[in-house]
Amino acid sequence: MFIEMKMQFTRKFSKGIAVTVALVLAVSMLLAGCGTAKTGGSNEANSGTQTAATDAGDTIKVGILHSLSGTMAISEVSVKDAEMMAIEEINASGGLLGKKIEPIIEDGASDWPKFAEKAKKLLQNDKVATVFGCWTSASRKAVLPVFEANNGLLWYPVQYEGMEASPNIFYTGAAPNQQIVPAVEWLLQNKGKKFFLLGSDYVFPRTANKIIKAQLKAMGGELIAEEYTPLGHTDYSTIINKIKAAKPDVVFNTLNGDSNVAFFKQLKDAGITSKDLTTCSVSVAEEEIRGIGAENMKGHLVSWNYYQTTDTPENKEFVKKYKEKYGQNRVTADPIEAAYIQVHLWAEAVKKAGTTDVDKVREAAKGLEYRAPEGLVKIEAENQHLWKPVRIGEVQEDGLIKEIWSTKEAVKPDPYLKSYAWAKDLSN
Amino acid sequence: METYVLQIFNGISVSSILMLAALGLAITFGLMKIINMAHGELIMIGAYVTFVTQNIFMSYVDKSFFDIYFIFALPVAFVVTAFVGYLLEITIVRHLYGRPLDSLLATWGVSLVLQQLARNIFGAPNVDVKSPKWLDGGILIWGNLQLPYKRLFIMLLVALCIFAVYYFLYKTTSGRRIRAVMQNRSMAQSLGINTRKVDAMTFAIGSGLAGIAGCALTLLGSIGPTLGTNYIVDTFMVVVLGGVGRIIGTVAGAGAIGLGNTTFEFLTNASLGKVLVFLVVILFLQWKPQGFFTINSRALDE
Repeated sequence: MFIEMKMQFTRKFSKGIAVTVALVLAVSMLLAGCGTAKTGGSNEANSGTQTAATDAGDTIKVGILHSLSGTMAISEVSVKDAEMMAIEEINASGGLLGKKIEPIIEDGASDWPKFAEKAKKLLQNDKVATVFGCWTSASRKAVLPVFEANNGLLWYPVQYEGMEASPNIFYTGAAPNQQIVPAVEWLLQNKGKKFFLLGSDYVFPRTANKIIKAQLKAMGGELIAEEYTPLGHTDYSTIINKIKAAKPDVVFNTLNGDSNVAFFKQLKDAGITSKDLTTCSVSVAEEEIRGIGAENMKGHLVSWNYYQTTDTPENKEFVKKYKEKYGQNRVTADPIEAAYIQVHLWAEAVKKAGTTDVDKVREAAKGLEYRAPEGLVKIEAENQHLWKPVRIGEVQEDGLIKEIWSTKEAVKPDPYLKSYAWAKDLSN
Repeated sequence: METYVLQIFNGISVSSILMLAALGLAITFGLMKIINMAHGELIMIGAYVTFVTQNIFMSYVDKSFFDIYFIFALPVAFVVTAFVGYLLEITIVRHLYGRPLDSLLATWGVSLVLQQLARNIFGAPNVDVKSPKWLDGGILIWGNLQLPYKRLFIMLLVALCIFAVYYFLYKTTSGRRIRAVMQNRSMAQSLGINTRKVDAMTFAIGSGLAGIAGCALTLLGSIGPTLGTNYIVDTFMVVVLGGVGRIIGTVAGAGAIGLGNTTFEFLTNASLGKVLVFLVVILFLQWKPQGFFTINSRALDE
C-alpha cells in the first residue's frame, strides 16, 4: 500500500514538475516585475562589464540597500524614499564633484543572507562609491563582513543596540546612550522605579534590555519582569494580563514591527490608558503610529532624536519637501530624517575630500558638522557615530509627537557605554 | 483570582480568533485537500476591504452613521474575498487537484504576488482601521476584571460563522453536494453533479470565510501587506491537529491550541510557550497522525 502510494506520488510529481517549474518561473518574473516597477529599475548594470573605477564614469554610483518587500518593507520603503529625495536634491543643485549621483537600488527582501549577497553585488559588480542601507541589526551584521572585506562604506540610519563600531560603517541613528539610557534615567526620575521590560525576541531588544537592567541596578530602579514575544506575535492578552498583575510604574517597550499595533490596540481594549500606565517605546515613530491608530496610542511616551514637530528651520523645509514629493498624508520620522541627512553627510565628506575614495572620504567625514532637521549634528571621529540631541515625546491625538523633554545640546555617541561606570561589564 | 479568570477568558478568546482564521482553511484544505498557502493573503484582503469600506463611509456617509460601517464591511469582505478565491480556483487551483506539492508551490507564489500587490496599492506601512465606538471598552465583571467587547464580539461572530457553515454543509442541498463531491468525486460525477461548479463554489466559500476573519482581525491587530503570514502557520496547525475534513475538528483544534498557547505563555513566556505548543502538537500527531477527528469514507482511504 505504502509503496504503491509512493509510486503514484512519484508519478504525479514528475508529471507535475514541468508545470511547477513553469509556474515558479512565471511567479518570480511577476515578482521581479513588481520590484523594478517600484524602484525605478536601475539593475541593468549587474553584468560585470564595467571595468572603470568609481570616479571614471560621468556619474557617481551609490547603492541603496533596503527591504522593499517582505516584513521589513513596512519601515524601509520610507527610508529609501528619504534617501532618494536627498540624492535628487544634490543632483538638482549641480551634483557632486561635477557629476550626477546615480542610485542603484537593491531589495534586501527582509532576508539577511540576501542583504549580504546584494551588498557584494553593489560593491564588486557595480563598484558603488558608498551604500546607504539596512534597518534591522541582523541585516547590518550580515553585511558588515562584506563591507570590511571589500573596503566599502555603509551608512546606517537606524537607532540600534550599540556595542559596535566598524571603520566601514557610519551610524547616523542613535546609539543606546542617545536614546535608551537617557529615557530610562528620565523615567526613573519622573515616572517611578518599577520597570516591566517588553520586547520582540531578537538581538536589539535583548541587548537593549541588558543595558537597561544594568542601569536600573545602578540607579535604584527595580526590574519587575522581562518578557519577549516572537516577531510578528499577534496576541498580547496574556502579556497584558501579566502587566496588570505585576503593576509596574513603567513598561519599557522594545517591540518591533506589527506587534506594536496588536499590543497598543489590545492594551486599550483591556481598559488601560496612558493615565493608568506609563509606557515608553523606542521603536515606534510617527510612521508606526499611523498604523497603530493615534487614538490607541494617545498619551504614551516615545524616545527619539527627531520628531516631525521638531522646531528648526531646517526641519520645516524638510517636512515640506517630503510631503510635496511623496504626498500630504505622509509623515516624517526619526529614521527617515537620519536616512536623509546621511546622504548629505556623505556628500559633504566627498566634497571635502575631493574624491569618492573610501579611505579619503572616511578621513574627511571625521568631525564633519551638518545643520540637520534635528539640529546641529557632528560625526564623532572615534566611533563614526553622530552627535545627536535626545528628545522624549508624547503621542498626540493627531498622531504626531510633542516633545516634552530634551537634552540642551547634542549628546556625544558612546556605543560601548564606556563613560558609564555601571556598563563596564556589558561590552565584552 | 482575577488574573486566572481573565487568563481563561484570554485562552477562549485566542481560540475563537484561531477558529475564525482557520474556518476557511478547514474547507479549502480540510475538505478539498488543497494546501492553500495564500489563505493568509485572503485574510489580508478581508482586512483591506474593511479599510476601504471605512474610508468610503468616512468620505460619503454622515458622521453619525460612521460606526455602522463595520456591519457593512463583514459581508463586503466575504463577497470580495470569495470572488478573489473564485478567480484563484478557476485560473490556478483547478489545474492542480490531487497534486499537493504543486498546489503548495503555486499558491505560495500567489501569496507573494498578492502581498506585493497590496504593497503597491496601499503602500508598505500599516494602515489604520478605526474600530467602531460601540466596540470600545468592555464589560466590567468585578474589580479590575474587564472583558473587552471586541473579543466578545469575535466570539459571537465565530459562533455564528460555525453555525452557518454547519447548517450550509449538512442541511442544504448545495452543502450535501459539496460533501458528496469531496468524499467520492467519481460517484458524485456519475450521479450528475457538476463537480467543477461545486469545486469553484466550495473554494470561494472557504476564501470568503478568510475575508470575514480578516475583517474581524482589524479590531485586534495590524493591517499591512504581511498580515496573513502571521496567521498561516497557526491556521494550518489548527486544521491538521483537529483532523482534516470535519468542522468539529477545527473547533477542537483551535480550542486546544488557543488554550495551550495562552496557558504556556502565562506560565513561561511567549517564545517558550509557542515552542511547547508545537512540541505537544508534534508528539500528539506522532501518536494520532489523523488528528482529533477523522471521517470514515472509502474514497478517502486511498
